[in-house]
Amino acid sequence: MKKFRTLLDLFFTFAKISAFTFGGGYAMISLIDHEVVEKRHWLDEEEFMNLTVIAESTPGPIAINSATYAGYKCAGIVGSVIATLGMVIPPFVIIYLISTFFRDILQIKAVASAFKGISVAVAIVIIRAGVKMARKILAKKRIRIALPALVLCLGFAITMSGYLGGFHVSTIWLILASGAAGFVIYAVKSFAGRKSR
Amino acid sequence: MIFLELFLAFFKIGLFTFGGAYGAIPIIRETVLTKGWLTEGMFSYFLGVAESTPGPIMVNLATYVGSDQAGIAGSAVATLGVILPSFIIILLIVSLLRSFIEKDSVQAVLNLIKPCIAGVILAAGTSMLLTNLIESVKSPDFSYQGAIIGAIVVGVSIFYKKVRKKESSPILLIVFAAVLGIIFYGY
Repeated sequence: MKKFRTLLDLFFTFAKISAFTFGGGYAMISLIDHEVVEKRHWLDEEEFMNLTVIAESTPGPIAINSATYAGYKCAGIVGSVIATLGMVIPPFVIIYLISTFFRDILQIKAVASAFKGISVAVAIVIIRAGVKMARKILAKKRIRIALPALVLCLGFAITMSGYLGGFHVSTIWLILASGAAGFVIYAVKSFAGRKSR
Repeated sequence: MIFLELFLAFFKIGLFTFGGAYGAIPIIRETVLTKGWLTEGMFSYFLGVAESTPGPIMVNLATYVGSDQAGIAGSAVATLGVILPSFIIILLIVSLLRSFIEKDSVQAVLNLIKPCIAGVILAAGTSMLLTNLIESVKSPDFSYQGAIIGAIVVGVSIFYKKVRKKESSPILLIVFAAVLGIIFYGY
């Protein structure tokens, strides 16, 4: 019975977090901290730090990563399923409802005009997010930034060339290639390091 | 079969997205455009909706594309596809590979994946902005309305940051741009 109560709590806590955060995963992190660490004490501060590092360095939506992690810590595999469901169900219902009439309301001239304006803002918001990410990467002092800067420029140039109708490489291949390059450089460095010792 | 296709496409998206929703947007855009599921215009319109409704942006996009292609079952399949990779990977990491993320080799791989994604995001944003300003590269048709709206939105974003000392939320800019859109494109 107590277990059932915990699962119910997990579901509703994550449903609440999901239903009240706008703007995706990063915005959710502080809300998860508030609900899961300060209010419910499901995780302590250190575990929460681990959660953010893992959620940001593994693929997939950060919100889903966090819910799965916190749910597992709190109530095992069942907990992770329940927390993830809580995170998914509110947006699923809202978006499904919108999708049933979205194409129809675009027939209204004022709505179509509004969305033409919105699509400009969306592009700017994406560029802004990209600039922020690039600055964060290039601001690091400890790690030499020449290589990350080169990869960033290559990623930009190759993708841009694809959009402009030139040489096209799919994003997934770019990600795989840069990850592989990172691994090769690491392997060469540690091999050279071993030899010089 | 559309359900399998939706599931696999969104599974792939969930598996190769790092750095949250903005890392996913270029891959989702590429997928829906090459599969012919959405036009460029519809994609950015719906992205406006996904940014202004609660919940993870990737889940919102998967639900919408799925529903648009194959109704409620389609949206369930696409959403499941996008969350399954993260669910499995996180469970593996917390239960078995506790120190996996801290390994130097894993960090070395991530150290180059992140700048690559930043570059790809910048390119996707630039190309979406270009579409708004000149329609297509092959036969450019400059839209002065788009340029004015863009300039005002950038202005608001910079002004907000100067005055309030923090970044304006995407929703604020989207609502602002919607009003500008109605003013400049008519109703």
